[in-house]
Amino acid sequence: MRDQFETVIGLEVHVELATSSKIFCSCSTKFGQKVNTQVCPVCMGMPGALPVLNKKVVDYAMAIGLATNCEITKNSRFDRKNYFYPDNPQNYQISQLYFPIARNGYIEIELEDQKKRIGIHEMHMEEDAGKLIHDEWEDASLVDYNRSGVPLVEIVSEPDLSSPEEVVAYLETLRRTIQYLGASDCKLQEGSMRVDVNLSVKKLGSKELGTRTEMKNLNSFKAIKRAIIEERNRQIEVLEDGKQVVQETRRWDDNKETSYAMRSKEEAQDYRYFPDPDLVPLLISDEWIDQIQKSQPELRGDKKKRYIEEYKLPEYDADILTQSKKMADIFEETLQWCRQPKKVSNWLMVETFRLLKENNMEPEDIRFSPENLGKLINLTLDGGINNTVAKEVFEEVFYKNIDPEAYVQENGLKAIDDTEALKEVIQKILQDNPKSVEDFKGGKEKAFGFLVGQTMKVMKGKANPTLVNQILREIL
Amino acid sequence: MTEKITDETMDYVSILAKLSLSEEEREEAKKDMEKMLNYIDVLQELDTEGIEPSAHVFPIYNVMREDESFEKDTSELLKNAPKEKDGCIVVPKTIGTEA
Repeated sequence: MRDQFETVIGLEVHVELATSSKIFCSCSTKFGQKVNTQVCPVCMGMPGALPVLNKKVVDYAMAIGLATNCEITKNSRFDRKNYFYPDNPQNYQISQLYFPIARNGYIEIELEDQKKRIGIHEMHMEEDAGKLIHDEWEDASLVDYNRSGVPLVEIVSEPDLSSPEEVVAYLETLRRTIQYLGASDCKLQEGSMRVDVNLSVKKLGSKELGTRTEMKNLNSFKAIKRAIIEERNRQIEVLEDGKQVVQETRRWDDNKETSYAMRSKEEAQDYRYFPDPDLVPLLISDEWIDQIQKSQPELRGDKKKRYIEEYKLPEYDADILTQSKKMADIFEETLQWCRQPKKVSNWLMVETFRLLKENNMEPEDIRFSPENLGKLINLTLDGGINNTVAKEVFEEVFYKNIDPEAYVQENGLKAIDDTEALKEVIQKILQDNPKSVEDFKGGKEKAFGFLVGQTMKVMKGKANPTLVNQILREIL
Repeated sequence: MTEKITDETMDYVSILAKLSLSEEEREEAKKDMEKMLNYIDVLQELDTEGIEPSAHVFPIYNVMREDESFEKDTSELLKNAPKEKDGCIVVPKTIGTEA
């Protein structure tokens, strides 16, 4: 039965822009500060306070618009969206309804073997709301307005998506593009990127769209995928029971893996949008658009191409390293310390990604300095340390950002290349393990491995394995 | 002149404005709103053929500031709040009715 339905999904993505001040006042946007310390009469909605637009917000919004193939609206304007809620001190949110900054764009997503173009209906600039904290002791809520007035863009896609995989591919592509532009760090967990999923189902091949619901409170790609599957199934069940899907906003509960209706259409707000008289219209010139276009940073496609041409990296490496702007930055900065692109790439693709995965971290969470990684690689290249030791030292670099040169020195980890000293140790081991020596001479390669292992053990892993192999073969 | 404002409209507008009006206040407000609508009817008699719709009366565009943030003295701001606790403004409980 389920196969007879298709899913239609459109996304509304809110992204917090990386400005240092708010959209309409000069309060700081810094995250995690003491409550209500980054506020002023404007962002607390005091009567008579007047908003003044932050130019950088328009620059970033245009940069995102251009990078997503949108048309920039030359006569753009702000509107008031009216509603009462304590996180919104003015009783209206300044947003854009009639003339959003950008429209009619698209993003190309890569699926397993094909590409798909996902339309962007429009993108508008608006202000964020404050934060409500539930008071455990009193039957009340507390409001912190530090986030009130932080600049956002909302990117509204066309309903061109049809599966969780496509949704995640779209979001990853969008996030990467915005991160490359430096317009936002786009962290789902911290709320600098928020995704609302509009979903409906319809009979296979039917032209008519079904009634859609809007899903909120999705804090990870995993939650988004799960919520899409659950909501699709829920709507199909409703329809198969002969009932109607109700147009409503639902809240995803990630612990219970289910959603519940937040408010129904009956009590839905009438936002009474109208042009904000406190803000004059924007008139965007061709020169301004040109200037933004010219200062766009190198985006992923170009970077990937350059890695292959300039650094002679395999396409596979270039693809993985450029998946996140942060990883690409670390790669390029490490090259300042160690001019061997392929070696640097290997350390990032193997050891770094291994530890990221083990710790459930994103490249954005990396704290070590490229200088320390570069130094570590250099130590392995000039034979200062062997690979086993290098991996151990790398963990120290990864977790504590230690200086590998000093660390190797202090802990006496330098590889031992002294042939005479090694010979002595090996002679002793051969005497202690006559059985293995005999086995090896009888043709058992395994016994050789055992003897190498014994040597490394005695040398506490500091011997140069190539040298150990060589000496062992010589003696035997 | 204009269509009279119905009681239903008054109820709806009261809900949107979060106002509970007494019978007298309601009648007063109804009269005021009718006056406003009548005034708009007068404005609508103007011939606006060929005139671009505008959101502003002055031809001023692009009033913007640079992206600079400043430390501000916030000590006085919370004094406007009816109730304060731990540096926050206390409001009626909102959990479960989130917008």
